[in-house]
Amino acid sequence: MNKPATNLSRRKFLITSTAISGGFALGLQIPGTSAQQEGQGNNINIWVEIHADDAVTIKYARTEMGQGSLTSAPQLVADELDADWNQVTIEYVDVNEHIRNDRQWGAMVTVGSQTIRLSQDYLRRAGASARAMLVAAAAQAWDVPAEEIAVANGTISHEASGHRSGFGAMAELAATMPVPETVNLKDPADWHIIGQPFPRVDIPASVDGSQVYGIDAELPGMVYAAVAQCPVFGGTVRSFDASRARDRRGIIDIFGIDDGLALVVVADNWWRAKQALDEISIDWDTKGNENVSNESIKAFFQKNLDAPDGAPMPNNAGDADAAIAEADQVIEADYYTPYLSHSPMEPMGATVHIQEDRVDVWTSTQAPVASLTSVAEALGIPEEDVYLHRVQAGGGFGRRGGSTDYSRQAALVAQAMPLGTPVKLLWTREEDMQHDFYRPLAMYRIKAGLDADGYIKGWRARVASGSILNQMRGVPLSNGFDGISCEGFTRLPYQIEDQFQDFRQCATHVPLGFWRTVGWSQTPFAREQFIDELAAAAGEDPYYFRLKHMAEDELSRHILEKVAEAIGWDEAPPKGHFRGIATTEPYGSFTAAVVELSVNDAGVINIHRVIQGIDPGHVVNPDNVKAQLEGATVWAISAAMWGEITIEEGRVQESNFHNYRLMRLAEMPVMETVLAPTGGFWGGVGEPGQAPILPALCNAIYAATGTRVRSLPLQHHGFTLA
Amino acid sequence: MELHVNNSTYEVDVEPEMPLLWVIRDILNLKGTKFACGIAQCGACTVHIDGEPVRSCSYPVFAAEGKLITTIEGLSADASHPVQQAWIKHQVPQCGYCQSGQIMAAVSLLNKKPRPTDADINAAMTNICRCGTYKRIRDAIHDVAGSNAEFYQA
Repeated sequence: MNKPATNLSRRKFLITSTAISGGFALGLQIPGTSAQQEGQGNNINIWVEIHADDAVTIKYARTEMGQGSLTSAPQLVADELDADWNQVTIEYVDVNEHIRNDRQWGAMVTVGSQTIRLSQDYLRRAGASARAMLVAAAAQAWDVPAEEIAVANGTISHEASGHRSGFGAMAELAATMPVPETVNLKDPADWHIIGQPFPRVDIPASVDGSQVYGIDAELPGMVYAAVAQCPVFGGTVRSFDASRARDRRGIIDIFGIDDGLALVVVADNWWRAKQALDEISIDWDTKGNENVSNESIKAFFQKNLDAPDGAPMPNNAGDADAAIAEADQVIEADYYTPYLSHSPMEPMGATVHIQEDRVDVWTSTQAPVASLTSVAEALGIPEEDVYLHRVQAGGGFGRRGGSTDYSRQAALVAQAMPLGTPVKLLWTREEDMQHDFYRPLAMYRIKAGLDADGYIKGWRARVASGSILNQMRGVPLSNGFDGISCEGFTRLPYQIEDQFQDFRQCATHVPLGFWRTVGWSQTPFAREQFIDELAAAAGEDPYYFRLKHMAEDELSRHILEKVAEAIGWDEAPPKGHFRGIATTEPYGSFTAAVVELSVNDAGVINIHRVIQGIDPGHVVNPDNVKAQLEGATVWAISAAMWGEITIEEGRVQESNFHNYRLMRLAEMPVMETVLAPTGGFWGGVGEPGQAPILPALCNAIYAATGTRVRSLPLQHHGFTLA
Repeated sequence: MELHVNNSTYEVDVEPEMPLLWVIRDILNLKGTKFACGIAQCGACTVHIDGEPVRSCSYPVFAAEGKLITTIEGLSADASHPVQQAWIKHQVPQCGYCQSGQIMAAVSLLNKKPRPTDADINAAMTNICRCGTYKRIRDAIHDVAGSNAEFYQA
């Protein structure tokens, strides 16, 4: 093969060089800044490194997978540092270094919309602390009082003496200054980097093919593994016939791993491995789950919906039954939400390279420490000997957060190869869709009374769902209660004196996982539609019916008013258009939405407008927040229209994007985002946008058609999307 | 067989039925073209063959022999192509994984229709983006069409 020398890509160089030098973080250069000079940096603290040429390196511990915090989290540090953003370079924290240093960078996981809301305090303090040390250094160098020194846009100055300096000249001295015991954080009015719509630092690499994902690792002498797991979850290989596969070109080995949980073909090329795998007939031991079906699962859940006792929610108050008994009207409804697959665009996979004294891992992960640990455990070696290289994840949405199945598999395959052989293990789309950790199936029953004035009197709710924490992580439930499954019910924004809600866990053999927006991806479908059902029964406008029950919840009211204002709720929509509204309180934020649509006689839904509003307290990067709301809307509409993972004969029926439909560009509605931060708190952004979309859409369908959709997806009710 | 990729010529020894995607990614080591579905549903693997967008995961390499293959790496040497620049300006990508394919599909559309209507965009841009960047993809394409008339002379 004749390969031109000029064809060596930047990515190849980075990966090869990190593999040789011991594997450290991938530096991301912000365009327009001078290149970082190796070896000249001074670590002011674990988050900030300042170089002689004034360049500032800010460390980033979490993962970038499209949510944008690779840019927004460092904005928090840079603002308190009073850095010049154009001189800032962002660098991933090395996971091995993290483990060897008492995990000093704190949480590395990118889950629960938590990067900003749960790290903002220590990141801002790191910036302020580094700034104070630079000031102390300048005060010593210039022999002036520290209080008289100003810092702005990367320049330290003392007005009276006329001294001025960049950060670089003070960095070495600053690194020797005592770390301040306390620092004052800025008043939000003084922020100049927080709140700015700076371009995301990772985007340039995503437009020229140079962005590195887990799947892109390439090492000399690498072999490739394709993997098959039992279609019935938990099943194992009883026997297999590989007679036709073994002689195919490039096949190196065929064997089972993990006590038969997976069969693996190793070849000199992944496509060859996968083709050979397709030629193998496998006899699976399905462990007794081969008769489980959607119908059997639904019947099991229905029993749990009807069962008398559940684990009570912490917010129960008063006497719901007595209040309902006295009500003028009683409304009751059941709702159903199916299993769903994450289906990030990058399939699951990992590359593992075992050498005498170290193991290197490349994988797209939302939980770098857990991924590293999974490899260490699979190989029975200390975590300190494993080096996990940071890469962008080709979508995560929860799939790469709590589960480390694929990195473990890659480690086991590498272990079976001659020492020093790098192995890239990659799943097909089909393997991913049929061996996901699914969004739980859940059923909800809500019952409430209305008095003569149209106020809710008495509220009962039952949540019947699997428990992700218990079934995936083995976390015991306290008194049988699972808060994650009940998100949306455990704090109602509506003031109802008498309420009783409870939970029943329904465990099946289907693996469960955290799926973007988790409990909040499904509970609002029930809660916010039921509020609409109550409003309809009371003969009231669904927006004002909500408002009148929110007297004590100023923030929920605020975001609801903002979206209603944005659509012009009080003015009638165009003829033939109908609106639905909903409000939610996910991940410390407040989100509300209005969907305006029309539905024709054939059930074709034409979404004309979506208004999506968020109050996350503080907005760090407004353009990125808008992007997250846009994406979350697409995510929610895909789930609403087509989303369902179906179990028959114990196995998932859907296999790829032809039968697990996702929204495409032509179906994208006109959407407007409303950022309405009220300050004073820090809420999440990546997930909350989805929560109100589903119920707002279904409420609009009800307004348009009179059909109340209580089970998903909409395609089963004869609806299609224009 | 001989393949012409991004103005370079490569001699490869592979099965004729191997999908072009895997030749590009694992033999030529051009990793910008992505694998996502393997059945030509999502378009993450889109490349140009003689200027036409092709889903390379389902395109046997033998069919590309003697033709001009362009991957995302061959679009420009320095991300200067107007579509790449518009993608940055509109901050289109989120995770970015599908965007090589989206960009290749958009370039092909604009090459044929320098001023595409929304209907043209709907018809041509059928690639899946799980992050949901569709609004910005549409905005970016319209922006290119509006501001790069001289680049896209029909």
